[in-house]
Amino acid sequence: MTDLPLHGAMPEARPARSILDLDPRTRARNRAEARFRAYGLGALLVGLFFLVLLLGSILLNGLSAFTQTRIQLPVELLESELDPQGTRDPAVIGETSSLGYGDLIEAAMVQAVAAAGVPTAIEPGDLEDILSPGAGAQIREAVLRDPSLIGQTVTFDLLASSRVDGYVKGRVTRESLANDRNLRPEHLDIVDAMREAGTIERGFNADFITGADASERRPEEAGMGVAMIGSLYTMLVVLALSLPIGVAASIYLEEFAPKNRFTDLIEVNIANLAAVPSIVYGILGLAVFIQFMGLPQSAPLVGGLVLTLLTLPTIIIATRASLKAVPPSIRDAALGVGASKMQSVFHHVLPLAIPGIMTGTIIGMAHALGETAPLLLIGMVGFVASNYPNGALDGFTSPNSAMPAQIYEWAKRADPAFYERAWGGIVILLVFLLLMNLAAVLVRRRFERRW
Amino acid sequence: MFHVKRPATALALVLAAAPALAQTRENVQVAGSSTVLPYATIVAEAFGENFDFPTPVVEGGGSGAGLARFCEGVGENQIDIANSSRPLRAGEFETCAANGVTDIIEVRIGYDGIVFASAKAGPAFAFTPEHWFNALAAQVVQDGQIVANPYTNWSQIDPALPDQEIAAFIPGTKHGTREVFEDNVILEGCEATGALEAFTASGLDEDAAEEACLTLRTDGVSTDIDGDYNETLARLDANPNGIGVFGLAFYENNTDRLQVATMSGVTPSTESIASGEYPVSRPLFFYVKKAHIGVIPGLKDFAEFFVSDDMAGPGGPLSDYGLVSDPELASVQEIVASETVMAAPAE
Repeated sequence: MTDLPLHGAMPEARPARSILDLDPRTRARNRAEARFRAYGLGALLVGLFFLVLLLGSILLNGLSAFTQTRIQLPVELLESELDPQGTRDPAVIGETSSLGYGDLIEAAMVQAVAAAGVPTAIEPGDLEDILSPGAGAQIREAVLRDPSLIGQTVTFDLLASSRVDGYVKGRVTRESLANDRNLRPEHLDIVDAMREAGTIERGFNADFITGADASERRPEEAGMGVAMIGSLYTMLVVLALSLPIGVAASIYLEEFAPKNRFTDLIEVNIANLAAVPSIVYGILGLAVFIQFMGLPQSAPLVGGLVLTLLTLPTIIIATRASLKAVPPSIRDAALGVGASKMQSVFHHVLPLAIPGIMTGTIIGMAHALGETAPLLLIGMVGFVASNYPNGALDGFTSPNSAMPAQIYEWAKRADPAFYERAWGGIVILLVFLLLMNLAAVLVRRRFERRW
Repeated sequence: MFHVKRPATALALVLAAAPALAQTRENVQVAGSSTVLPYATIVAEAFGENFDFPTPVVEGGGSGAGLARFCEGVGENQIDIANSSRPLRAGEFETCAANGVTDIIEVRIGYDGIVFASAKAGPAFAFTPEHWFNALAAQVVQDGQIVANPYTNWSQIDPALPDQEIAAFIPGTKHGTREVFEDNVILEGCEATGALEAFTASGLDEDAAEEACLTLRTDGVSTDIDGDYNETLARLDANPNGIGVFGLAFYENNTDRLQVATMSGVTPSTESIASGEYPVSRPLFFYVKKAHIGVIPGLKDFAEFFVSDDMAGPGGPLSDYGLVSDPELASVQEIVASETVMAAPAE
């Protein structure tokens, strides 16, 4: 302790009072603190409010995409139309295009309307507007799969058109159809009658999760399935490239590289790369991978390569941070018992850093999963996700889209039914992102060690 | 504990596998006009369903962007077909030729109307090209004098129009629609109001006078939309006074939110466009690289299927969606069947 007089600097004039009685300055400080807490809480509440608003509007708009209106329709598959010679040869039956099934569908609709008992002023040829324009393709596919169906009357579970689906979901009304070319209010009388009879029903829409993209005329057929496969292949490429490259680069920089101007420059550039707008990587991908290296357009392989560039800085930064977090005593101990530098890194330091590396990788991949801009330039945005890949390897090179690109594409299209699907797609994408972030949290909780 | 022993092996495997995956392209690759895009997707889907070829890939991007990509060269990594809502320009044809894209087949698929539409809740409009020229041009003629555009309200231009602030959302310059809008509406209006004459009289030569006609005001009354029609629709939602330029097919899909204006007294419809009564329509095209036929499987079949009577004919899926069928479809089919290449367009 010191011998300095305690009262030397203090003014003696201070009046004696209870410490329970706060002086004005303390009160002001306490008020400032209370205000600051209120600001913080306010900021948190504003953030929460917007989060709830966002999630609420996504779910409100998107959940209806997971249900779909379907029509049970008995169709007489006339032999005279489909296979006049009675060969039952798929090549002969295949000659009737999906448009050629229009007459059969028209006849079936006329019968179904008669069965529902609604007198209607609609021309027989316009009745099929209740059905998806894809109905012909759906029936054709069933007939080609099983030619023995020809000659029988088969009840198909067909998709309703997007307007009818919108009516059942409450999006379309009789008033909104007043000027509509695609469906007339009179059609809705038939729909009402068929709903009462139970032949039109709204059910869970598994095709939305597993299906392929559809053209502008058939929003009711469009699904996320193929785009999900595209995202999967893209992410496989990202993982296979960015993890080894990123970890190798970080280990070298952190453990082996000499500290000089050159490595400083590299470090600064890696930090800067993390901030480069993603569209720039798309242009780079187009120039290098497609035009120079000759890789195919619209391929998840190229998408993965481009997104690898985007993910690498994130992974390198996360990996270096977790390598740094391993205490030097571990390295010293390893070196002390005679391990080489490489042995100390690979046997001791890296295993301890792996939880951090995995967290960084998962977060980087989640970031890449949600990227659209770079994919724009390499042909992965558009009417692309329409075919399932032919095989496991084909998935890398056959044209495909990715989930966020598919959402963007749907949001651009004219039919309002696509807009609903875009929101539905966002729900699916969010579920994936949530799962990946959850995995990152779990990995960290489970494996992370603190010193 | 994890032991990482051979990190280099996995990396080498991945790198070695990458080039081996480059192979012959099996699908037709299409890009271009966002107006033609819906039609192309409808055909592509039906093509994939009825033929043994994979469904073609169709991208958007606008006519200009699509034709630029089309002209980049010949080869598997280049697109096979460019969609366009305007004819190929002489300059583009030269760029194509310089990059080795010499034999181009021009295919006209039909006609599309351009409509002017406003929010459903607002008043109805009956336009003439003069109205649009007076509303949007940088310089207009008032009492025989060339003046900077003074109009801010439709009723100032013509008392018959509703008393509503002028707010126009027109396609940006990268869209083919813009060119039709300029040629069939603004230039028409420029002539009809006598402004073209006044510009010529003020000492400008013919080209410069036309240029003056097409110079639009930049004071925020007219907004260029570089995105798609959905963006225009969103702008109309935000600004109830707005009037947007749309394709007929887009309007017909959104009749619950839009009301269409008449042009020179004619209501746009597939019928009035086919008959030529509705003045603002334009042909839609796609361009095929002849060098790719026979190399890319299914390319010619796709082009033939696109213009077949089943697809592009009256009553087919394309006309159901809003395309006005080409009355001379048979001659177009002949061009595709015989792979007739186009001549260089005039300057």
